[in-house]
Amino acid sequence: MGDTAPFDEMHNADGSVREPYRALAQWLDEQPDKALTLMQSDAEAIFRKLGITFAVYGSEEGTEKVIPFDVIPRIIAAQEWRRLSQGIDQRVRALNAFLHDIYHGQDILKAGRVPEKLILDNSAFCPQMMGLEPARQVYAHIIGVDIVRVGPDEFYVLEDNLRTPSGVSYMLEDREAMMILAPDLFQRQKVAPVENYPENLRRTLESVAPAGASGAPNIVVLTPGIYNSAYFEHSFLADQMGATLCEGPDLFVDGGKVYMRTTTGPERVDVIYRRIDDDYLDPLTFRPDSMLGVPGLFSAYRAGNVTLVNAPGTGIADDKAVYTYVPDIVEFYLGEKALLQNVPTYNCTDDEQRNWVLANIGDLVVKEVHGSGGYGMMVGPTSSKAMHAEFRRKIEARPDNYIVQPTLALSTCPTYVNAGIVPRHVDLRPYVLVGDEVRITPGGLTRVALKKGSLVVNSSQGGGTKDTWVLEE
Amino acid sequence: MTMLGRTAQNLFWLSRYVERAENMARLLEVGYRMSLTSRREGGASEHLMSMMQAAEVDEDFARKERPADVDTVAHFMMFDPDNPSSVYSCLQAARTNARSVRTAITSDMWGAINSAWLEFSQIKPRDVRGAKLMGLLEWVKNSSHQFRGALLGTILRDDGFAFLQAGSFIERADNTARILDMKYFVLLPQSEMVGSDLDTQQWSLILRAASAHRSYRHVYHDRYQPQNIADFLILRPEMPRSLIYCARFIEQNIETLGAFYGRKQVCDDVAGRLRAMVEGTTMDTIFAHGLHEFLTEFIAQNNDVANALAESYNFY
Repeated sequence: MGDTAPFDEMHNADGSVREPYRALAQWLDEQPDKALTLMQSDAEAIFRKLGITFAVYGSEEGTEKVIPFDVIPRIIAAQEWRRLSQGIDQRVRALNAFLHDIYHGQDILKAGRVPEKLILDNSAFCPQMMGLEPARQVYAHIIGVDIVRVGPDEFYVLEDNLRTPSGVSYMLEDREAMMILAPDLFQRQKVAPVENYPENLRRTLESVAPAGASGAPNIVVLTPGIYNSAYFEHSFLADQMGATLCEGPDLFVDGGKVYMRTTTGPERVDVIYRRIDDDYLDPLTFRPDSMLGVPGLFSAYRAGNVTLVNAPGTGIADDKAVYTYVPDIVEFYLGEKALLQNVPTYNCTDDEQRNWVLANIGDLVVKEVHGSGGYGMMVGPTSSKAMHAEFRRKIEARPDNYIVQPTLALSTCPTYVNAGIVPRHVDLRPYVLVGDEVRITPGGLTRVALKKGSLVVNSSQGGGTKDTWVLEE
Repeated sequence: MTMLGRTAQNLFWLSRYVERAENMARLLEVGYRMSLTSRREGGASEHLMSMMQAAEVDEDFARKERPADVDTVAHFMMFDPDNPSSVYSCLQAARTNARSVRTAITSDMWGAINSAWLEFSQIKPRDVRGAKLMGLLEWVKNSSHQFRGALLGTILRDDGFAFLQAGSFIERADNTARILDMKYFVLLPQSEMVGSDLDTQQWSLILRAASAHRSYRHVYHDRYQPQNIADFLILRPEMPRSLIYCARFIEQNIETLGAFYGRKQVCDDVAGRLRAMVEGTTMDTIFAHGLHEFLTEFIAQNNDVANALAESYNFY
């Protein structure tokens, strides 16, 4: 894979422009000198003013960064998106069915389709969830599926984020900024809107309110607080959907019901979109030292008096070791072939596969099973010999703790940098809402590796974002 | 969807801290001017100390065990994190409160307080001396004006607005009362007899500390008279920093809250009592009762209003 040029989403190999990018190419041609430079600096000002920042852990207090934004949108054709969204829809339905089964009859384990040990001994498995019946049997309501593209028709799912995926505020603000910066570009083609996300999020949350909730359910967003790196997003989403932004101490449980402390006394809470991890939700059930959670919350949840979004224990379905079984999971519950492919993944507990991996580690990507955010990960081709040796040792010591994948040639998109317009690698995180129905926002968040040749798109490591356009027919 | 008690509290303290930052800048300006013009040995340091007393930070300063000269005091009032009322501490606390209630304030308000904090935190204390200090004090006042402008111009007139306004005016009333109390002895009627240059200068500084040295002339068309100065800052309803203006405004906002939530609360009565202290009375009555005693009681009552508000609306 490494030798051939990566797939470019704008240009064919012969240099001609691919169909979905025609209008953009023409628009770019018409821009006077310096126009993009100006747009780029305007964009920076817009983001500062909108207050879209993320705190950098470990850096000095008050230093909040703006994630770099690239002014050239990424464009996805209508039929490309149709196929992608069908695949996503199928995948999230299957994963929710899997979660329900795992926490009830465990048919898939009994059928031997997924190894029992892999689930029951997994730290992401949450025994407290056994037998619990969440509203509409939905566990993962808010999902961000990480997808990479390697060819015109080749998309792979890199990861299913079923816990508390972040970044959706960037998707919304990227569009907002783009409409301010280049309104004329929107006139040249029909771009599917993303602005309905907050409304759809609200509908989704309302649809999973406990049966006992009277009238319009009271929805809150539960944040760890102002020092969390995603605090901006928490307050943004609460604001956009008209929910109260709460911290743990704002809520309490009395008689198995959850209340918030308001200026006029306690007020019942029906749905909690929580942006704190399972472990910190309730010190009585999970980590006893948690200051972020609400004592008694889990028992209120078990009693069916409040809905937690996402449900605790969804991590068992996006665990990197379980990931390899997702195609089987789709077949088992839906009786259909998976429409979206997984990245081929080597299992290091298998002697033959492990030996092959150890011999070829310089070409491969190694990921820690429970790592995230680019931590505990090694990209073979860009790592030193010493790193290769270190990860060889790690895999030999704990083969079950790592998954290994080929280094994918991520597709590139035209990106504006100091030197002009150049191709840079991108990935895609579409956002999916599951409640009374599955709602997928067209497009999602495109992350772009701004450094030449880099495949790492994480914002903590020099990544930026792009507005993502799905064209309408 | 009712507001969280914590949100109400954050709003209250957000505007209270912005107001305090502004008042600290004004007090420091006055202390600085007084110390510059003092010809007596040790006079400069006395002025600075009495200014810090008025700001109620003199004990925190004493703990530093530093001589009270212009530089140490300016640094302490502007930049010292150990001083809970320094401009630094106020702006930081205001911003932290604002960040906690990001959804309850407008983006213009957030922009005003956020950029004030970001700009202020860039300043190197060592570079701020003399003329630079005066410029920075002006900047602090302007930042507060900008926040207030954003508040008045953009926020919904609901319960949040009333909590914000109650916060600024309780802080302002406290500040005016303290400024008066700092120099109450030069405001007593008998000091008119003295009327020395020194008194005149002190009177003008009191007015300046309340941004009232120009408006005084508009109201009284007269030279500085101690009773007039006290009258202006206590009983004149057209003076926006006077005790009566603040007390009426506080009561009004607390009534607004009662109407908004449709129920009477303890704080309604406490705010009424505060207003009654300055309503329908005269300076003669106040002087007869004792100016210092009156101010001390006003400060305590004003504080009671803040506590009653917190209790009535579940601050925690």
